[in-house]
Amino acid sequence: MSVEIRSAPHIKADSGVVKIMRNVVWSLLPICAFYIWQYGISALASLVVVTAACLAAEEFFLRLGRQSGDLGDWSATITGILLALTLPAGFPLWMGAVAGFVAIGLGKAIFGGIGHNLFNPALVGRGFVQAAFPTAIATYTPSFMPGRFSEFIPSSLALPFMTPADTTAWAASHLDGVSSATPLARWKFEGVLASNWDLLTSLSGHLAVGPSPLLILACGAYLAWRGYLDWRIPAAVLGSAALLAAALYPLNPQHFPEPGFVLFSGGLMLGAVYMATDMVTSPVTPRGMWVYGALIGALTVIIRYSGGLPEGVMYAILIGNAATPMIERVTQPPAFGTAPTKETKA
Amino acid sequence: MSAPDTTSQPQETDALAHATPTFTLLRALSVVSAVCGLIIVASYLLTLDRAKDNRRLASERAVVKVLPNAKIVKPFLALANGDIVPAGEGDPPSGAIRFYAAYDEKGRLDGIAAEGAAKGYADIVRVMFGYRKDCQCIVGIGVVSMRETPGIGDKILTDKDFLANFNALDVRLNDELTALANEVKVVKHGTKTEKWQIDAISGTTITSRAVGKGINEAAQVLLPRLVPKLDRLEKP
Amino acid sequence: MSESVSSLMAPPSTWEEFTEGLWKRNPVFVMVLGMCPTLAVTVTAMNSLSMGIATTFVLAASCFLVSLMRKMIPKEVRIATYIVIIATFVTVTDYAIQAISLDLYEALGAYIQLIVANCLVLGRAEAHAARTPPVEATMNAIGMGLGFTLSLVMIGGVREILGAGAFFGIPLFGEHFQPWVVMVLPPGGFFVMAGWLLLFSILRRRSQMKADAASVEAADALKTSGACHGA
Repeated sequence: MSVEIRSAPHIKADSGVVKIMRNVVWSLLPICAFYIWQYGISALASLVVVTAACLAAEEFFLRLGRQSGDLGDWSATITGILLALTLPAGFPLWMGAVAGFVAIGLGKAIFGGIGHNLFNPALVGRGFVQAAFPTAIATYTPSFMPGRFSEFIPSSLALPFMTPADTTAWAASHLDGVSSATPLARWKFEGVLASNWDLLTSLSGHLAVGPSPLLILACGAYLAWRGYLDWRIPAAVLGSAALLAAALYPLNPQHFPEPGFVLFSGGLMLGAVYMATDMVTSPVTPRGMWVYGALIGALTVIIRYSGGLPEGVMYAILIGNAATPMIERVTQPPAFGTAPTKETKA
Repeated sequence: MSAPDTTSQPQETDALAHATPTFTLLRALSVVSAVCGLIIVASYLLTLDRAKDNRRLASERAVVKVLPNAKIVKPFLALANGDIVPAGEGDPPSGAIRFYAAYDEKGRLDGIAAEGAAKGYADIVRVMFGYRKDCQCIVGIGVVSMRETPGIGDKILTDKDFLANFNALDVRLNDELTALANEVKVVKHGTKTEKWQIDAISGTTITSRAVGKGINEAAQVLLPRLVPKLDRLEKP
Repeated sequence: MSESVSSLMAPPSTWEEFTEGLWKRNPVFVMVLGMCPTLAVTVTAMNSLSMGIATTFVLAASCFLVSLMRKMIPKEVRIATYIVIIATFVTVTDYAIQAISLDLYEALGAYIQLIVANCLVLGRAEAHAARTPPVEATMNAIGMGLGFTLSLVMIGGVREILGAGAFFGIPLFGEHFQPWVVMVLPPGGFFVMAGWLLLFSILRRRSQMKADAASVEAADALKTSGACHGA
């Protein structure tokens, strides 16, 4: 009999980077399936190409820089899936590949690989293509188009470096009277609000939206229940966005939408549940999480209401990521057993 | 600094003892200034004519773009007191507006070109517009300079529907000849109903508005001064 | 004092002076000098080339004059005289570009006048031309200027190809090219600049590692031969 003598800790949690990441991927699968059901083979191709670009970039930079990490840790897969979900389903595949490459290269590898990045890699990739291809990234198509499983959205198949085909005429020729604009764009530029129930389920009305916020919430709840994401961040993001929207709504009901619209439209739900909660780029202190989430929620509403673009979740989360080190500094709890003094507070 | 210690010590005291005399400093500075002054003046004189020609050609090119029949272009100033004088060298007096009278090949006044400017999305958008008195309208615009977002803001150069606004944009004066009868206004895409309205490009609203605002502000000031005296400009 | 130092080492040949700035000590990618025009005017390859040539002219002419007058300029007033000399040639360049092309003048904007504040020019005048004879100083300045031009065209070329689908104004992809808007905006300058810097530092590290490995081998060889000799 051998006795192993070790110092504490003696009980180890059965967890690690790979396990967490694998669970996040599993929780994303229903969302992807729903997305493919909404947009057909274009969505499938987009998911596959963007994720493949992320994995290829990861492999390339791992070899180039001899960084730690490997493809098996699933982190690049998550980046790819999340990035694809934030892009329009008919986003040209070559632009999707550019976004994936930039996401890993500029968002992750430059900082030293997994665990070292300052910003959410998927959002860095999206931010780059937002700046590079502002027209293509604002070109959405209605969901549940007839023939979506046998035919690509024409813009998807644009040749590399070439302008994508016009989808508005294509959508109009397939379906009468549906809008290719997102609900947020219709609110911002036309003053038309979609119904909250339609937004929440994404099931009816051929809305030009991503996967159902309800489904994202359910998958996020599973992750929170298993302990793979901290519920405080999504709660803070959604709570502060709803509170600010509720406070502004009575001031000018014509101009400001009601809180439900703010919560269920655009990428807020996906951002709050899957992007803002990225463990590397969000604070670790519980108080810090509340501050960070509240900052993101409030910024989203402010950017949507007063910015030039209809959507602001991406910029809000990137700013939140940038503020994370500062938030962690000011919300550092006192060391166990010591009384908070002036110095430790500062 | 890399010299050994033994030699650097005497050198330093040496430098202190023999500080450069004032006269040497002055001589060095005057020689350098004189040489540099000569170089600057020589190059100024050498390039002056070419630079002037270039400037004249550039403004003529801009005028021909908005008034294609123009063969001779002459710059004028509309002064704050209402006088029209040929534009000369140097800075114009304050309140004066520069404009160009364009004459066709037979020497008849074809139209007037002037510049308007207003804040766009990124920076000031400067546009040149052509004015004809027979229709009392603006007959064409060209962009002199802008730094708007490529692919979005620069649609004002290429969008055919937008440019069609300026085939005959009404800028007639009111009966007292003090201001435009109808302010030039940029309206939301697809809602143009009057001849003095500009139909904005959808998605390029800010830059479209800058074009309209620049034209309106320039026309509001220039045309009341210019129109009563337009006959004087008939011959070049 | 400079004489005594240079007499210790073999003075670099004129050819070495010329090639120094092209590659080994490239002003942009190695010394990281003169970033303001590097990021600001490199939207197209043509603008980059013009800016590079303008800077090369100012650099070469200033270094020549500084070197010519180096024995006459007391060190107390040297910065003042260098700046006067540099400002002179910047003014000359400004006039010349106005006479050559007004379009180019407008495209380069205030950055022509700002050559006077380009740390590359004053840096070379102070660090090199002030202690080198005129021919060598001018050759070195031309080399530095061409290295600067080369880097600017490398950045401007990438930005023009991706941002406008053209190189020196010649379309490369046909009319359906999708421009990368970000490349003609200021962030594009930073991205492309960073990309080249990354590539250069990787290459430098590779060659450094090779050189290290070679020197270790050589040292080992020396040791073994020394050991043999001893035996």
